[in-house]
Amino acid sequence: MGILLFGAAKDIAGVPVLDKPEHITDVATLKAWLYEVYPSLQQLRSVMIAVNRTYAADTQEISSQDEIAVIPPVSGG
Amino acid sequence: MEILIDIKDTITVEEALAFIQAPECGGEVIFAGTVRNHTKQRPVLKLFYECYEAMAISEMQKIAAQVAGKWDVQRLAMLHAVGDKYPGDLAVVIAVASAHRGVAFDACEFAIDTLKETVPIWKKEFFADGEIV
Repeated sequence: MGILLFGAAKDIAGVPVLDKPEHITDVATLKAWLYEVYPSLQQLRSVMIAVNRTYAADTQEISSQDEIAVIPPVSGG
Repeated sequence: MEILIDIKDTITVEEALAFIQAPECGGEVIFAGTVRNHTKQRPVLKLFYECYEAMAISEMQKIAAQVAGKWDVQRLAMLHAVGDKYPGDLAVVIAVASAHRGVAFDACEFAIDTLKETVPIWKKEFFADGEIV
């Protein structure tokens, strides 16, 4: 399953979905990879990762079966 | 507690109010959030709201569960609009009903404050000067 992108993160990447590289097995590694590939993400106030529709800590492991999403600062309401 | 949660193109205060009205409730509090025609004194033409719908619904359900745990509230409606919204359009409605007004005010404020912090919905602002943020 790919990595879903929303809001400013989608605009920075230029696509709504990214393929997850094989070597990424936890949230911290995913964030490091995202910041390396898309340095502009570091300018956002925050970047959260959701795993299976729940906010995930950096230590959380991820597998290719998980639904992963990049969540820039939310601005609903 | 009875809960109505929805995310769709167009929402109304009436549907939220109709859902929360109940004979056992004497206090109905409604927060309606509408699109402003300016941000920090810069004219705004429209907003575009997008959401990660499955997670947004899940986060709204978590807020409802917190409300149910904290306050003696009988009914809660949380509606959010998506898509293009123009000044004056309704973007969000939180409606709470309880036996008395005090807890309904508190629960309503908590629900909208938490929604703005945790629910994955994003707005893009289209300014009159052409900038899009």
